[in-house]
Amino acid sequence: MAAKVSRDNQIVPAMLFLIPASIGFLAFFLWPTIRGLYLSFTDYNLLRDPTFIGFQNYIDIFNDAVFWRSMAVTFQYVFINVGLQTVIALALAVLMHRFTRSMIIRGVVVLPYLIANVIVALVWFWLADYSLGLINAVIEGIGLNKIGFFGSEAWAMPTIAFVNVWRHVGYTALLLFAGLQAIPRDVYEAAEVDGAGEFRVFRSVTLPLLRPILAFVLVVTVVGSFQIFDTIAVTTGGGPVDATRAINFYIFERAFERFDFGYASALAVILMILLATIALIQNRLLRANESDMER
Amino acid sequence: MTKALAGIAALAAVPLVLAGCSAGSTDADGPVEIKYSLWDANQMPAYQQCADDFHAANPDITISIDQSGWEDYWQKINTGLVSGNSADVFTSHLAYYPEFVLNDQILPLDDYIAADGVDTSIYQDGLVDLWKSPEGVQYGLPKDFDTIALFYNQQLTDAAGVTAEQLGSLDWNPKDGGTYEDVIAHLTVDKNGVRGDEAGFDKNNVKTYGIWFEASNAGALGDGQTQWSYLAAANGWEATDGPWGSSYNFDAPEFQDTITWWHSLIEKGYMPSLAAQTGISWSDQLTAGSVALASNGSWMTGYVFGATTDSFTPAVAPTPTGPTGERASMFNGLADNIWAGTKHPEEAWEWVKYMGSLECQSVVADAAVVFPAIPEATDAAVEAFAANGVDVSAFTVQVEEGTTFLFPITDHKSDVNALMTPAMEAVMSGKEPVSSLTAVNDQVNALFK
Repeated sequence: MAAKVSRDNQIVPAMLFLIPASIGFLAFFLWPTIRGLYLSFTDYNLLRDPTFIGFQNYIDIFNDAVFWRSMAVTFQYVFINVGLQTVIALALAVLMHRFTRSMIIRGVVVLPYLIANVIVALVWFWLADYSLGLINAVIEGIGLNKIGFFGSEAWAMPTIAFVNVWRHVGYTALLLFAGLQAIPRDVYEAAEVDGAGEFRVFRSVTLPLLRPILAFVLVVTVVGSFQIFDTIAVTTGGGPVDATRAINFYIFERAFERFDFGYASALAVILMILLATIALIQNRLLRANESDMER
Repeated sequence: MTKALAGIAALAAVPLVLAGCSAGSTDADGPVEIKYSLWDANQMPAYQQCADDFHAANPDITISIDQSGWEDYWQKINTGLVSGNSADVFTSHLAYYPEFVLNDQILPLDDYIAADGVDTSIYQDGLVDLWKSPEGVQYGLPKDFDTIALFYNQQLTDAAGVTAEQLGSLDWNPKDGGTYEDVIAHLTVDKNGVRGDEAGFDKNNVKTYGIWFEASNAGALGDGQTQWSYLAAANGWEATDGPWGSSYNFDAPEFQDTITWWHSLIEKGYMPSLAAQTGISWSDQLTAGSVALASNGSWMTGYVFGATTDSFTPAVAPTPTGPTGERASMFNGLADNIWAGTKHPEEAWEWVKYMGSLECQSVVADAAVVFPAIPEATDAAVEAFAANGVDVSAFTVQVEEGTTFLFPITDHKSDVNALMTPAMEAVMSGKEPVSSLTAVNDQVNALFK
């Protein structure tokens, strides 16, 4: 039956099936991207028509000290967040894979991820309050000096990074756990026969075979981390000074608080190029599309 | 990746989506619906009452009220203006309306005022001028006003032996802080129960601070409305070179001396550091006993007095007198603007006129939320507050004694705040000296060139 249908006849239905998704893609992704690119070359405040100003926005951004500080704190956030999150998630995933099949434990691990970001942020914001928060009460109780977690320049970004690690680590662990389950059991059995210890198994069997999924997780979490916004918006609002003014928050401020849409679009274009570059480099370095599982 | 694209797409989509919308409305004559927007949910019942009364008197005009929180309000108004689908009339703020005037988005009211013979002298002094453009064009009729005073926990002042009379007659200067600093020091208590003005006070382990400031409200540090403006003005400082000014005075010694003294409170342990204030808001800290005294605006009265507990007895004292010999308080007021693109300007004006009238403002006064701009209605509001057991004379004394100063209206307000807020945070955290604000002032003034 299927062999009778010619190639030509398949193209028409295929196109029909693609139309709904294409409309969505064109209207909500491609056209806004082109429009955003155009706006990045204009001076536009919403109320007046955009005026074309060439590369002026980009030149201004290059000379904007706040932009460079926001890039620095964004990288600080990504570094702490992805670093901690990946290490802890990997440890959790391996522990789950090697020692338990319990659905309850898997459920508990992913629980924080099921709470809305804003609620997680506010709960930690209150817990970490200097005068009334539980965390500082404990710190004071054991005789140490209280810490202004969200209010001091040194602590603010690490604190926000930690809050998001807490929320996302379970989800990342589950992704890695799924990757671990794809590794055939007989490889572990072979390693056992060869007398490899737990650590040696992890280093020589688990890690290499997990590399494609690890690469995928890293690309997704790094790109996701660059988008940090909601936790900052409901807690520090970019302060103290510029310590938590991450690039996405700065774009938001420029666009929706200062109504400088041209400048904000240019910032967004820079962020897009940056993220595309980072994702590409990561893919190359981690050889995400190849597997070591050759047999 | 999809997320990255989506983020950019969402940003870029705004103008696109807006361009796609268009206004749809009926022609004049016959029943007309006027859309009205406001942000304060506490005032909504009073204005709904006004709308109902207005409809009863003008059966052809129906008012539909739309309320959204302050955070979303201005995005909604701005996108409404761009898409040509704005509310016909909306509550406006001094920080935002200059931008609307410059972009021809709101209607001048002078012709209507002249045609209907509206008496604009009935309002509290100065409030009408807040809504006049530099060319003297009137864009709004004042509705209400707010001033600044000191909220305090009477149980803590009683325990310290500080009386309401003392709190009502404080004086301040930037050199030694006057009796204002004495009281703040005395109200500060460390973990061992030692007061701030006693020997052995441990400034690193304070249990109850003397005073709090509102650091968590981004933008508030920039104009200092609730934080430092009452001190700077009592020290003879003016923020700009007059209404609709084109230069700020953050380099003036009157301002910088004030900030130097203000920051010294942190070093002395009487006021929590910037790091310690980012968290639960000042009003909840006051309720919880973390602080004895906090300066803030009259619009917080309902919230603070609603939080009365066994350990929190709220009260209000006026701001201290300064080197000028007088108190000072920023005087801010709201008014309604009419959207330039409205299909029914006549009906919109009728509604604006009604909201600015004694009739509607008496209804607002009875709700005891804000102070109406018309003195008779102000008195009614004071009585309504008193009926709820709240003495608001600390707020109104500024108006009676004529010690108010106007909110600094200028163009580029959001850009000024974007420069000043991080700069003030740097000063208050001790990272930069107060003199660093001189360079920031140059940056601010460069915006106007």
